[in-house]
Amino acid sequence: MGDVKLDLLQGTLDLMVLQTLAAIGEMHGYGIARRIEQVSGDEVLLNQGTIYAALVRLQQRGWIDAEWGASDNNRKAKFYSITKRGRKQLADDTAYWLRLSGVMGRVLAMGDEGKQ
Amino acid sequence: MNGHRRFSTADSLRRGLARIEAFFRRKPLDRDLEEEVASHIAMATEDNIRSGMTPEEARRKAMVKFGGVEQAKERQRETRGLPWLETVLQDLRYTMRTLGRDRGFATVAILILALGIGANVVVFSVVNTILLRPLPFYDASRLVWIAPANAKGLSGSTYSVDAYEDLRLMNRSYDDVTGYFAFSTEDNYKLTGRGVPLPVTGIMVAENFFHVLGVEPMLGRQFRTEESVKGGPPAVMLSYPFWQRQFGGDRAIVGKPIEMDGKPVTVAGVLPASFDFGAAFSPGAKVDVLTPLIMDDIRFEGNTIAIIGRLKQGVTLEQSRAEAKTLFPQFYWGKRFADSKGQYTAHPVYLKEYVSGKLRRSLIVLWSAVGLILLIVCVNLSNLLLARAAARSKEFALRSALGAGRGRLIRQLLTESLVLAAAGAALGLALAYSLLTYLAHQGSIALPLLNSVRLDGTALGWTLLITVSTAVLFGLVPGIRASRSNVQEALKDGGHGTTEGRQHERMRTALVISEVALACVLLVGAGLLLRSFLKVLDVDLGFQPSTAAAVRVDYDDGGKTEKRTAILQNIAQRVGALPGVEAAGFSDNLPLDRNRSWGSPRIKGKNYKPGELPGSFVYIISPGYLRAMGMRLRGRDFTWQDNDKSEGAIVLNESAAKGLWPGEDAVGKMAVMGKKDVRVIGVIADVRDTNVEGKSGWQMYLPMMQSDWGPDGAVLVVRTKLPPQQLSGSVMRTLRDINPNQPAVEFRPMQRLVDHAVSPRQFFMMLVGVFAALGLLLASLGIYGVISYSVTRRTQEIGVRMALGASPSNVQMGVLSKTLRMAAVGIVVGAVVSLAVANLIASLLFGTTPTDPTTFVAMAILLGAVAGLAGYLPARRASRINPMVALRNE
Repeated sequence: MGDVKLDLLQGTLDLMVLQTLAAIGEMHGYGIARRIEQVSGDEVLLNQGTIYAALVRLQQRGWIDAEWGASDNNRKAKFYSITKRGRKQLADDTAYWLRLSGVMGRVLAMGDEGKQ
Repeated sequence: MNGHRRFSTADSLRRGLARIEAFFRRKPLDRDLEEEVASHIAMATEDNIRSGMTPEEARRKAMVKFGGVEQAKERQRETRGLPWLETVLQDLRYTMRTLGRDRGFATVAILILALGIGANVVVFSVVNTILLRPLPFYDASRLVWIAPANAKGLSGSTYSVDAYEDLRLMNRSYDDVTGYFAFSTEDNYKLTGRGVPLPVTGIMVAENFFHVLGVEPMLGRQFRTEESVKGGPPAVMLSYPFWQRQFGGDRAIVGKPIEMDGKPVTVAGVLPASFDFGAAFSPGAKVDVLTPLIMDDIRFEGNTIAIIGRLKQGVTLEQSRAEAKTLFPQFYWGKRFADSKGQYTAHPVYLKEYVSGKLRRSLIVLWSAVGLILLIVCVNLSNLLLARAAARSKEFALRSALGAGRGRLIRQLLTESLVLAAAGAALGLALAYSLLTYLAHQGSIALPLLNSVRLDGTALGWTLLITVSTAVLFGLVPGIRASRSNVQEALKDGGHGTTEGRQHERMRTALVISEVALACVLLVGAGLLLRSFLKVLDVDLGFQPSTAAAVRVDYDDGGKTEKRTAILQNIAQRVGALPGVEAAGFSDNLPLDRNRSWGSPRIKGKNYKPGELPGSFVYIISPGYLRAMGMRLRGRDFTWQDNDKSEGAIVLNESAAKGLWPGEDAVGKMAVMGKKDVRVIGVIADVRDTNVEGKSGWQMYLPMMQSDWGPDGAVLVVRTKLPPQQLSGSVMRTLRDINPNQPAVEFRPMQRLVDHAVSPRQFFMMLVGVFAALGLLLASLGIYGVISYSVTRRTQEIGVRMALGASPSNVQMGVLSKTLRMAAVGIVVGAVVSLAVANLIASLLFGTTPTDPTTFVAMAILLGAVAGLAGYLPARRASRINPMVALRNE
């Protein structure tokens, strides 16, 4: 797992999960995965199973909580919700990502100007 | 992400704790995850059905979307818990199962490791105690031993009281200088007033002795100034073991008087258990008490004080040496004698160097020897593991086919070797502990500080270090090889005669050859030391210790020579008349026991420049002593009539006689001792006076019966026809009968003095010998293993050859010659290495050259014979192979 790309993706998934929970409140793993797929269209190739590693990681850091409950059609499922610390982390990480993508955007927008 | 903290330390810490908790709550968490995943797939399936898929299709799609279920669970488990620890535990469980299945291998491996590691721990502890650990004194690195350069024996390294006092006053290098009386004899005091008088060994030390060494009494106080002046109140400091033994550790004894030599002496204090005078300054001797040295008592007794200084903070050893060069020539032997100035020099060395410097080389050799043993152990285990790896190649191939990575396989094998090494280390530590306890209680080995040898933290650290490195060393090669093996090849059955097998065997052969070579080096080293030791035992001591025994005799002559003569004559006659006694006589001093030299006799009428004659070792003796010692005498012995009424008499040794009258017979010549004329009545063969291995210097024997030389006590030497111990009872009864105050001293066989003197050499020789034997055993095990394995592997080939007409003896010879070829290569390599190594130990040898052909040839033959034996067993098995059975097995 020392691969840099994978690491970035992992961090990305964690942020997506946090944002999803912040947006829709309490949700189970399947719902979170579906939601991310819907929002991102087909642009993210997500093995739904990988979400569980992200969920346990976020839970262990104290950013989300988990509780067993019943789903819409009355099936037993584990529901996750974002904690106060999680919201703060989400704000930090969002700011970071926006800054980074801003910088990346500017750098990449440089185009061929350098060659002239 | 550099520079950007993505989350706080508290969050990481919380996660760490959660992971540890998860590690221990594996089962419930797994059940939780199982349920969660199941409900995920169920929900996805329902959604898919709702969008119009058949149930089967819906479930399949849901599974595809989810990705690998097991992988996802594994990912979650890894994220959640401590995967590395789980792997380690898994490896450990697996190792225990594997080793449990192969108990024979595990037992042999652990035993070999225990011997190798145990030997290393023992030697390390000895090295640590004697060489590495500081002396048990405060800030011991600033203590120096002040003596002339290359001092021969104690007498050459001591100073007079006047010189000592001037040094204290005039030096600028030392915080302070102290000293002790270097010529105390064993059992020089008696503890009286408590039944049978008890012999006590005491050392007189300067008032500031404990202060300079930085030793505080455990109980009580230091000596007081008034206790160190003539006529002051007598005081004594008890050593810890003596206090325990004689006073049962009674704290109330401190400050109270005890009776020594019939007089009350105040117990100033008890020294801590860590302070052992003998261990540092006189190895192998027990010292019971320390008493204040009263300088005025010994002011004109000659060079009697051994000096120790504590360097001032910031003063280097070199500076103190430079100062000594100009300072010491200003000192007087005795200030009363104006012409006694200018005899002294000094070359201070660190006290640690003085105590253990001589042993450095021996100890390093010992350390290298056990290092070699450990290397042989590693090679041996590598070999065993390679053989096992060959047998297990299918297992590894199967595991790697099932997805175990190469790293995982190597880790598994390393875990195995670590477990083996740890078990070996545990057993080795137990062995080392018992051996060290035994060594620490061997008072008779004259090695400094040996009594304080123990298994300490440093030794445990060392054990850990060598255990881990051993495990890596012997586990890595087989591990890498095993993990590299070809899955296809290994899984195919058979594989006889494949490249893999042959490579494997070549590697094992190389390992065995190196093992033989290492063992050869050890054997040659041990052989050279053994031969030296035998040469030392063969040395002509000048006396025969075998059937002689000595006992210190107590008498009260009131300082009168005539009375002393009468007492001693009476004792000598009565003891001499006991059944079994051949001869009995007194000396104040025994060879190999202590050290004392006086100015030598001169030829009458001849003038000598100062320093022209060497000093002479002096013994003040009675008639019968020379015969009781078994010395070889030309001329006549003293008689009881050689007293003050007759002419002065002296007996010289050959060295002194030849030195004074070269080319002439000294017997009958006249010499001058001090101011007294003495006739040389006899000449005896040189006696080894201070050590067995050195050359004898000048020696002289003066009669106790003449008042010019007062003896320093009297030791009765008895020569017997019986074993000395059988006479002990009757001799002691006679002595007690003559003098009820005779203390219950030990009746010491003279052989013990010799044993004590050669004990360091014996100690090293024994250890190196044991290691060499161990090396030989391990090497033969290695040979046996490889040959035996190759016979098993070639069973069918041998069967075919026998079916084609090869006779059993042909087959046997074939296997044997293979063995011997292997051994021969090892021996040749080992012998070449030994030649180089032997030169390094040349200074430890006695009467033996480092290239001693006898030793080399003997060791080569021994090694060859053992190798032959190790090869013979499998060879015999090979010759008994039944071709029919062997071929049917195909």
